[in-house]
Amino acid sequence: MKDKQLLVSAIKEGTVIDHIPAPVLFKVVSILKLETLDTMITIGNSLGSKKLGKKGIIKLSNVFFKDEDINKIALVAPCAKLNIIREYEVVEKKVVEIPDEIVGIAKCVNPKCITNNEAVTTRFTVVSKSEVKLKCHYCEKITDQDNIEIL
Amino acid sequence: MKNKNLVSITDFTREEYLRILDLAAEFEKSPRQDILHGYVISTLFFEPSTRTRLSFETAINALGGRVIGFSDKGATSASKGETLHDTIKMVSNYADLIVMRHPLEGSARLASEVSSVPIVNAGDGANQHPSQTLLDMYSIIKTQGKLENLNIFMVGDLKYGRTVHSLLQAMSKFNTTFYFISPDELKMPPVYKLHLDEMGLEYYEGRELTEHLNQADIIYMTRVQQERFTDPIEYERVKNAYILRREMLEGCKKSMKVLHPLPRVNEIHTDVDDSPHAYYFDQARNGVYVRMAIITSILGVK
Repeated sequence: MKDKQLLVSAIKEGTVIDHIPAPVLFKVVSILKLETLDTMITIGNSLGSKKLGKKGIIKLSNVFFKDEDINKIALVAPCAKLNIIREYEVVEKKVVEIPDEIVGIAKCVNPKCITNNEAVTTRFTVVSKSEVKLKCHYCEKITDQDNIEIL
Repeated sequence: MKNKNLVSITDFTREEYLRILDLAAEFEKSPRQDILHGYVISTLFFEPSTRTRLSFETAINALGGRVIGFSDKGATSASKGETLHDTIKMVSNYADLIVMRHPLEGSARLASEVSSVPIVNAGDGANQHPSQTLLDMYSIIKTQGKLENLNIFMVGDLKYGRTVHSLLQAMSKFNTTFYFISPDELKMPPVYKLHLDEMGLEYYEGRELTEHLNQADIIYMTRVQQERFTDPIEYERVKNAYILRREMLEGCKKSMKVLHPLPRVNEIHTDVDDSPHAYYFDQARNGVYVRMAIITSILGVK
């Protein structure tokens, strides 16, 4: 019998985002607004991973992110790894880093914050990166790692 | 300072605090000046307040300005479901400056981003109330002759009390030593103690009100509210432990003053009222001069 395995093919030029925890893969898609791109994108999810249990992977042809854009995903996928591909070869590996400011990704923990009561884009200053602590630009309250909810 | 918003006490620098306080002293000497003639200032109180609103409106009227606004959101479009965003957009077409109080935290910051005229925050929920902090500082400098190197005792609800948090942030720029006296449930949150550590300032924490009171230059009292306790028995146990009485003040420094943002319930016994240490009613009067200073600085007329 013929082996009907479908292989995710290698890309010639572009970016591979690897080690995305499976439950947040589609969050990453929406944070990076991949639905607006018309380039070739391969998305795999719930793939076996020794490190994460189940991981997601995104391969984007001819897409190269600016650090400030790709770092937006650090809040949901802090251990994501980037491989930059040129001519089928990995020419650079990168890790994501939590930016100093987070705009429009997370929800403020404070129910009395104006951002939870009116249509306002949330904004936080990152006051601690090792154990993530976000200070709301509006109500000035701290949202810590355990309470971070992604919009 | 012209056109600057005053949303959070941390929006102003040490120099700007001092400038406001100097100007407040000037207004205290001559409180009737016609320098706001022709200005329209809006006071939007989405939540009731007596002292703050009246003292802002007194300040504006005494300087010849006109006030438009409301003191109850029931009489406005907000009760029809208008967003804060839209209300501020509309009012900033009419007024030269907006003073606002709103129950939601961060509302004043949002307003400052939407408005074409400066915003003065007169209280956004439990978050900030910077004009209160500046009047507290004015009361301190007036009674102590300086802001530097003082021992400030903060007593009562240090967990939820926005006035003590803002005062701590502002006074930390003046080498203050803080003494935090509260029940365990209502201790100063770690984020503020961390701030003091970063500033290299000393602070003490305790549960007994009478401890070390002879060191105090300022005792800043706040109310311990029953609704802050999860355990009603715990409230019953501590409720009388944070009441300041006249006999406790016997060994205190002569220059020591007791401050309270008011309204008081029972946390300062009325027998303190005619003690030379009592300053809370004068403190409330200082609010008018400080608000004159804030408004005229931001409008650029002083």
